[in-house]
Amino acid sequence: MQYQSQAVAKPYFIAAIGLFVGQILFGLIMGLQYVIGDFLFPAIPFNVARMVHTNLLIVWLLFGFMGAAYYMVPEESETELFSPKLALLMFWIFLVAGALTIVGYLAVPYATLAAMTGNDLLPTMGREFLEQPLITKVGIVIVALAFLFNISMTLLKGRKTAISLVLLLGLWGLAVFFLFSFYNPSNLVLDKYYWWWVVHLWVEGVWELILGALLAFVLIKVTGVDREVIEKWLYVIIAMTLITGIIGTGHHYYWIGAPEYWQWFGSVFSALEPIPFFMMTVFAFNMVNRRRREHPNKAATLWALGTGVMSFLGAGVWGFLHTLAPVNFYTHGSQITAAHGHMAFYGAYVLVVLTIISYAMPILRGRAANPEKGQVMEMWSFWLMTVAMVFITLFLTAAGILQVWLQRATDTPLPFMAVQEKIALFYWLREFTGLVFLIGLVVYVLSFFAKGETKAA
Amino acid sequence: MSETFTKSMARNMFYGGATFFFLLFLALTFDTQGALPKRDHRENITPEVVRGKHLWETRNCIGCHTLLGEGAYFAPELGNVYPRRGPEFIKAWIKAQPTHTPGRRQMPQFNFTEEQLNDLVAFLKWTSEINTSNWPPNIEG
Ligand code: HEC
Ligand code: HEM
Ligand code: HEM
Ligand SMILES: [Fe+2]
Repeated sequence: MQYQSQAVAKPYFIAAIGLFVGQILFGLIMGLQYVIGDFLFPAIPFNVARMVHTNLLIVWLLFGFMGAAYYMVPEESETELFSPKLALLMFWIFLVAGALTIVGYLAVPYATLAAMTGNDLLPTMGREFLEQPLITKVGIVIVALAFLFNISMTLLKGRKTAISLVLLLGLWGLAVFFLFSFYNPSNLVLDKYYWWWVVHLWVEGVWELILGALLAFVLIKVTGVDREVIEKWLYVIIAMTLITGIIGTGHHYYWIGAPEYWQWFGSVFSALEPIPFFMMTVFAFNMVNRRRREHPNKAATLWALGTGVMSFLGAGVWGFLHTLAPVNFYTHGSQITAAHGHMAFYGAYVLVVLTIISYAMPILRGRAANPEKGQVMEMWSFWLMTVAMVFITLFLTAAGILQVWLQRATDTPLPFMAVQEKIALFYWLREFTGLVFLIGLVVYVLSFFAKGETKAA
Repeated sequence: MSETFTKSMARNMFYGGATFFFLLFLALTFDTQGALPKRDHRENITPEVVRGKHLWETRNCIGCHTLLGEGAYFAPELGNVYPRRGPEFIKAWIKAQPTHTPGRRQMPQFNFTEEQLNDLVAFLKWTSEINTSNWPPNIEG
């Protein structure tokens, strides 16, 4: 570690991994409820498990992004972090607030939680992904502002690289667009219209800047390729991201009451959204092929290449699959959406966070790379989780195609619940594959405890 | 990437492209705002509809159901449940939950008052009248 203050990244990474485990356990609960409908009912109704699953996902990715920034920005700026104390304080605030929110979901009925936490003052709850109580949302904003202040001050007093600038832009964008979660008009159409300014403009906008910056940083470190080359790629990739992705928001405006020209804008621009993801893949492989050194951390390179490929598959290919309006007319809100959501989130954001953890964590623990055995375990976990995710996606896609066929693209549509029973086989297969994913995750956690020879960082 | 295409050109492409398309997005949003009243029939958003939406949110119905295709995929689409089932069925259904049918997906009991049920139905009725460009493809949602 080049700067003492980079050490604050460590608790962030540990918390991220812990919450990831929780996310997957709740995913498996829901997977079972899909086929055994009354499993854990009424103790944990499906909607509660779902909130826990998706909110844990978002929170642990945020922990990962913040940890990454605390690790990267001092090194890029060639100066100590502005305030390590503030970073640690924010860590505990975020962790406690997050934990209390999850306990709230599980312990009291949602309506009671809403009443207890001031939702009547400013109703923001009860919308997908934005289920958090008002006080949690305010807490997120405070933590984000303190974090951005800390990171921005660090950057201002040190060297300004393209990578840290792009990272910061992404993180500021993340915070700014989150503010739309406080806007909840009683007109459902407006509500939905601006809801996507959080959700879409995050994952297909500003988060991609963060993704690009993290990937570029790790690639510079493990390949030793010239910074000028890598930063040029970074700019082109994120340029394409925003050129296609901002108007691409239109692919969510086809059927929610917005004017019909969105079918054209949304289809054309979002059809181009795979381009930056494809470039990301080419970028990662290109840089690794042109490497100027053999970094001892082989696992980190594997995660980085995996990010390139899987984000292209999940976001690019599976996104394109259902993004054109005439296709989306049939697939909208079906298991196809779930298939895409899983592979895209995993391929892009889960993998990039695991990439930076894989690179930085050994160094934070005082070694250049993990012992051979630890790296082998990490690579096993990569393959187990990634192959499992590919199959989860394929099974959900199969379920989705049948669902569309039986319920929508037919003259004799069957009711929703009748269709669900007919496609239960694929939900069973998804659940078993989910167990394989869990095994991969357990191997991942165990890899941190592998013993063996290491070189000092 | 070629040598003649420099990093500063790439950077300008990023800032220029992002700014241009963000402004275009704002312009389209402005136009959409103007066109929406004809499509969402906001004149029909009564106090019942407003309260109904609030109940919809504070009970997290979206955690199991889709509404106009957005939400969870565990339970039926409700954007068109009003024309599919009618007001009386909806109220009776909600009151009768859970079914306790072994192995079948369950919906919780929310203990709504009669007035709250009317509010929810008003919200679902208004929602079903939004001009969604003919989505969903058929009555099953
Ligand atoms: C824990 C999951 C869950 C939650 C939360 C939930 N539902 Fe349901 N709902 C279901 C399931 C599952 C079905 C289908 C059950 C069946 O067919 O046996 C259903 C069916 C319905 C139906 C009948 C649909 C039809 O086409 O026959 C209506 C109406 C309905 N729900 C309204 C609501 C409302 C309103 C709320 C919120 C106040 C709500 N639900 C919350 C799971 C849920
Ligand atoms: C890493 C980037 C991405 C992530 C994390 C992601 C994630 C998601 C998620 C979670 C949803 C479901 C939202 C909901 O619950 O309603 C969704 C919907 C959608 N995504 Fe993506 N996505 C990404 C990129 C893309 C790209 C590049 C495209 C197009 C090429 C795309 C096309 C779509 C479409 C069309 C929908 C709507 C599906 C529907 O109508 O039900 N996505 N995405
Ligand atoms: C490994 C086992 C997993 C299982 C069994 C599982 C199961 C589920 C289920 C059943 C849902 C709800 C679908 C619905 O609304 O009906 C869901 C939603 C979701 N899960 Fe998972 N999940 C798993 C892993 C993951 C992972 C690793 C990620 C992140 C990469 C993830 C991200 C999501 C997202 C983003 C949603 C919301 C999807 C949407 O709205 O379209 N899940 N998951
Ligand atoms: Fe999108």
